[in-house]
Amino acid sequence: MNNALYVQALDVRAHRLGLYKGQPLANARAMVQALTIIPADDKEDLKLLEQIAEWCDRFTPYVAADPPDGLILDITGAAHLFGGEAAMLTHVTQKIEAQGFTVQAAMAGTASAARALAKFAPSHIAAPGAQAEALARLPVAALGVEDKIIAALRRAGLKNIGQVAQRQRGELAARFGKNFVTALEILLGQHDQPVSPRRPLPDLMAEQRFAEPIVAEGAIAASLLALAQSLGGVLEQRGLGLRRLGASFFRADGQVRRLDLRLGGASRDPARLMRLLHEKLDALADPLDAGFGFDVIRLEAMLTERTEAAITSFDSNENAKREIQYLADRLSVRHGEARVLRFVAQDTHIPEAQSAAIPAQDRDFGEDAWPPRRGKNDPPLRPLRLFEKPEEVQAIAAVPDGPPMRFRWRHAPFEVAHAEGPERIAMDWWKREKPTRDYFRVETKDGQRFWLYRDGFYAHSGLATRWYLHGIFA
Amino acid sequence: MNNSEKIEELRHFLAQTGPSPERPALSFGVAEADRVLGGGIAPGALHEVYARDWAAGGFAACLAILAAGSKPLFWVRPDYEALEYGALHAQGLAELGGRPENLFLVRTANAAEALAAASDILACAPVGALLLELSGMPRAMDLVASRKLNFAANLSGVTAIVLREGAQAMPSAAQTRWQVSAAPSPGMDDWGLPSFRAELVRNRLGPTGNWQLTWNPDDGIFREPTHERTAPHDSSQKNFGLVAAALFDRPAEKKRRFAF
Repeated sequence: MNNALYVQALDVRAHRLGLYKGQPLANARAMVQALTIIPADDKEDLKLLEQIAEWCDRFTPYVAADPPDGLILDITGAAHLFGGEAAMLTHVTQKIEAQGFTVQAAMAGTASAARALAKFAPSHIAAPGAQAEALARLPVAALGVEDKIIAALRRAGLKNIGQVAQRQRGELAARFGKNFVTALEILLGQHDQPVSPRRPLPDLMAEQRFAEPIVAEGAIAASLLALAQSLGGVLEQRGLGLRRLGASFFRADGQVRRLDLRLGGASRDPARLMRLLHEKLDALADPLDAGFGFDVIRLEAMLTERTEAAITSFDSNENAKREIQYLADRLSVRHGEARVLRFVAQDTHIPEAQSAAIPAQDRDFGEDAWPPRRGKNDPPLRPLRLFEKPEEVQAIAAVPDGPPMRFRWRHAPFEVAHAEGPERIAMDWWKREKPTRDYFRVETKDGQRFWLYRDGFYAHSGLATRWYLHGIFA
Repeated sequence: MNNSEKIEELRHFLAQTGPSPERPALSFGVAEADRVLGGGIAPGALHEVYARDWAAGGFAACLAILAAGSKPLFWVRPDYEALEYGALHAQGLAELGGRPENLFLVRTANAAEALAAASDILACAPVGALLLELSGMPRAMDLVASRKLNFAANLSGVTAIVLREGAQAMPSAAQTRWQVSAAPSPGMDDWGLPSFRAELVRNRLGPTGNWQLTWNPDDGIFREPTHERTAPHDSSQKNFGLVAAALFDRPAEKKRRFAF
């Protein structure tokens, strides 16, 4: 604003000295000589807020950041773990304060009511049914609308939310606009405002809290096993199997480490989950660092699907398929999903696009058969190995648009004994990117077989014809 | 210990190390090679293919197809192989008689990880065959590593084929070792079936040999090269007329051929 500096935020001591938010900095400096000033950095603030939100994940998986300075925790079904709502509120505020932050917290039936209470009546827990009453006492500033409207409300003699709520909605809408009425109704819980969590919510989760943070590898493994067993038990009751598993390790000093595991086939077998977890932990580029210890470990079922009871099938084929699936899972965990691949036939004539490599976990094994090989006795017409980027060769052809007679590839000369072609393959003409290719299958004098092509028509390129080696036949 | 006892003991040793009766050897399709190999390629063992030229990769793939049958084939290769030796083309494998729907490709960051993946795969009995592609002389691939692979293959019955490109032969625990180069295809001036000059330089069972082999994609076995034509075509084409080339996705009709 006008190149002037303003106070963006201040701590409790500064507040006691009479400074306030939005005050011109020069003004504040005049009031207090010994002022420590830190330039505001919105991005860093947001980052810090995200970090605190990540850390708060230990209380409930449903955490939403409410910038610039708020967090919304949906504690539905979580309060009893901390011994009731009041105990949880104290616990959460104490834990955050212990890290050196100033925090105000409140609980209410809706996110906006809790936000208003936290700002203007901290530590308040609005009991079900008593929420309207609690809100009524809050000043109009708690509505969270523009300052202009707040000032107008005050001028109209409406000091607190209770007084505003008593007015006719039509009156308010006419004076302050529709948005104001919506904001009011959201606050009073008459309108729903969705809160979107920072992370996708798990379908199910199991977690263990430790009074003393644990460091020992054995203790961590034991905890993981217990969690996998309890999660597996619940999944079995519900007839579900896991496709994605999340593991979160909350360090006592606020760091959170998360692992994400994908499974090729739904499973709830604790032994199998443990094996995958161990593989993942072994394969981590930066190993799991317990530091001062983990105080919460959690397993989350991020994606589940209906699975029939785990019976050992008498069909050995079925068992073999399952074992292959497990093997693909283990390899994917260790080497990365994009490194364990299967091939899917594509309906295109462009050689390099004819088979698409997809992660092996994306498709159940044995699902799709490839179109059968061409006629009996036909020699292979496509190379076993194909260069992703065709390599340019220096070739000499006997006739202008004929096959190469000899060529030089990677500094080695090759004499062509016989060639077959051309097989003309046009690139996607609608893209107009690449010229048509004339492919030749060539066999050298010693029997090595390659797939070469001439880029573009001879008539167009003339002497500047370029030849490429695209593949190697068996 | 007299000689007969010694021979008896050696026989016993061979019976232990040779192909076990419950795992019949996979016939090569060529009688002479089968005789030398004791019935064919031994399943549940390590076989090495050393490349002499660009055809060896195809030979290794053919062996893997033969060993895998209708079971899954795992192809393990470090990332740089694709740059140096070309990416695996599933369509090409299908043309060789393989089953791309059963093919798993595992790409690893380096040779050591490829070996780790290989031992995981060899521990899984429902796998048909493993093809491990290693170029150059990676330090991780030593005698101990090959012993481990052979042992794992023995336990599970999964056949392991190691393709070594740009490598020198080194001591290993492999059941067989092949030096492979290309051979002119059988159809004289024709584009015929893949053919190899395969030299068996090492065989745990003793005898070695040197054969010309032609791969038959229809039956999934090798055979001796024959000089009969593989694809039917009429003789009027012999004088290089200007006719269209064989189309990949349509039945072979008329082809345009060149010879030098």
